[in-house]
Amino acid sequence: MTNQTVWTIENPKGAHAIAVGLDAPIEVTVKGSTGYYCAGMNKQATVKVTGSAGPGVAENMMSGTVIIEGDASQYAGATGQGGLLVIKGNASSRCGISMKGIDIVVFGNIGHMSAFMAQSGNLVVLGDAGEALGDSLYEARLFVRGKVKSLGADCIEKEMRPEHLEILRDLLARAGADAKPEEFKRYGSARKLYNFHVDHAGDY
Amino acid sequence: MEKIPNTVPKNSWTFSPEINSEIRRAAATGIYDIRGGGAKRRVPHFDDLLFLGASISRYPLEGYREKCETSVTLGTRFAKKPIELKIPVTIAGMSFGALSGPAKEALGRGATLVNTSTTTGDGGMTNEERGHSQTLVYQYLPSRYGMNPDDLRRADAIEIVVGQGAKPGGGGMLLGQKITQRVANMRNLPVGIDQRSACRHPDWTGPDDLEIKILELREITGWEKPIYVKIGGARPYYDTALAVKAGADVVVLDGMQGGTAATQDVFIEHVGQPTLACIRPAVKALQDLGMHRKVQLIVSGGIRTGADVAKALALGADAVAIGTAALVAIGENDPKWGDEYAALGTTADAYDDWHEGRDPAGITTQDAELMKRLDPVEAGRRLRNYLAVLTLECQTIARACGKSHVHNLEPEDLCALTIEAAAMAGVPLAGTSWIPGQGGF
Repeated sequence: MTNQTVWTIENPKGAHAIAVGLDAPIEVTVKGSTGYYCAGMNKQATVKVTGSAGPGVAENMMSGTVIIEGDASQYAGATGQGGLLVIKGNASSRCGISMKGIDIVVFGNIGHMSAFMAQSGNLVVLGDAGEALGDSLYEARLFVRGKVKSLGADCIEKEMRPEHLEILRDLLARAGADAKPEEFKRYGSARKLYNFHVDHAGDY
Repeated sequence: MEKIPNTVPKNSWTFSPEINSEIRRAAATGIYDIRGGGAKRRVPHFDDLLFLGASISRYPLEGYREKCETSVTLGTRFAKKPIELKIPVTIAGMSFGALSGPAKEALGRGATLVNTSTTTGDGGMTNEERGHSQTLVYQYLPSRYGMNPDDLRRADAIEIVVGQGAKPGGGGMLLGQKITQRVANMRNLPVGIDQRSACRHPDWTGPDDLEIKILELREITGWEKPIYVKIGGARPYYDTALAVKAGADVVVLDGMQGGTAATQDVFIEHVGQPTLACIRPAVKALQDLGMHRKVQLIVSGGIRTGADVAKALALGADAVAIGTAALVAIGENDPKWGDEYAALGTTADAYDDWHEGRDPAGITTQDAELMKRLDPVEAGRRLRNYLAVLTLECQTIARACGKSHVHNLEPEDLCALTIEAAAMAGVPLAGTSWIPGQGGF
């Protein structure tokens, strides 16, 4: 046991499961790039990765902050329930898959099938989004500044109301992102697939 | 003129009344039939096996006098804290949401009274369930509903669910009528919508990823908890081998008679293999890797009696899990609700519309009035009694075969009544030395 609150991990060499399951208000800096599941299930802690992160970074995060200076691989922030994940490079496919309350800010682009079955929370993308964004979306809010290659089933563009601009302003500020809320479009669920109806079977 | 005798009306085997009723239902609704439970069709099963018993060359043990152990230890491979159970029968994963709070409590109470484990389901862990379960296995499912590191740490074991016997390759489905405020909150979804739990995990694909996922879960839980991998009865040899390769402490193997809360009937009846057909390939995979008894095997899907338990163990399982049988023990499908089942268009013992949330027994429902019908203390006692009977029956057979521990039962103690069962179980057809598929005929 220790009261040390600031930690540095050097030479991570792409190791898996670095800084997973943390549950204290500490700061961890990983100098380099990580393998799978860095900062998985994080609570309270702030984890910074100076390089890039492998698949499933900050998966199922509960709270705290995770910052990736480079790019993130697949499933970044998957099933996350809280906290803030900032990816300063690009994120690959399925970013925010099944997210349940986490906030994710990506400075670059995101890959295909991002926010698939996303339940709640906010996904903010300063660049472009790949194919099938927000497929089978529930109540998560998606904000994209660039182009969206295509929307997934039941995902539609929605009106940007003042409360959404406020959410965006706050998230961009907390992430340190240089962008204006007014530059983004909002996407969300059409809620047509919430209760199964045979007439919608072809939409899946 | 002499009347020509009528022949007896002849139903088609192909177009039976049951099939025709399904065609009419489909034509009326335009949607497949959804129901709970496991495969209802007749498939080769433990009933098709018999124990040989003792003889001149095999000495029996004295019933009620000579000891026949039933304890089982799960998670001896990597976990710092393996699970010790007094009996080789566990309670399978069933969710709060699919089942009422009192039903989950009853399962925890019953299991605890006989020192065995119970298991959470798709929807997370409730405090009531943790509180009433001495040994609780926490399922790690594709949906990750309610998943959090605190519950991982307060679980006694973690079960990564890859598949289940009723629907290998299928996700979950909890229809809107069962999504109350509490269920919705636990799953972070709006009240009243249909919930489709994903069929694949969101952040890993394949055995190499699974190995890393297991590493992550071990890191989060300090390498203490046994990690199970649950597979449906699809390709039991390879799935077992890959689970072992990925680092599982325990493999849970669920055949097609294993139940579900709600799945398409066509899925339940036509995808996956019978439990009997899955056990030997899984055991062979463990043996080929030198891991039999080192990675424990739990078998589920259609376990009803102590004879079923004994047969599963004889074929190489370390323990079994029960789901449907446990629900029946606590009151599901009880004839005392016959009038109400009739009002729902069904009968006791046949009721399977568990997804509709109108269960008269108060078990597969979230209706506040219906669930009051289930007294969790009394229902827990019934489950305790039933588990005790399963154990006694299993011991009775094991002693008759001369075994001082139920794990000493072996395939050599068995014969089969049908060629199919003989082939699947890898034991001789009764009265012969023929094991189909292994020569000798």
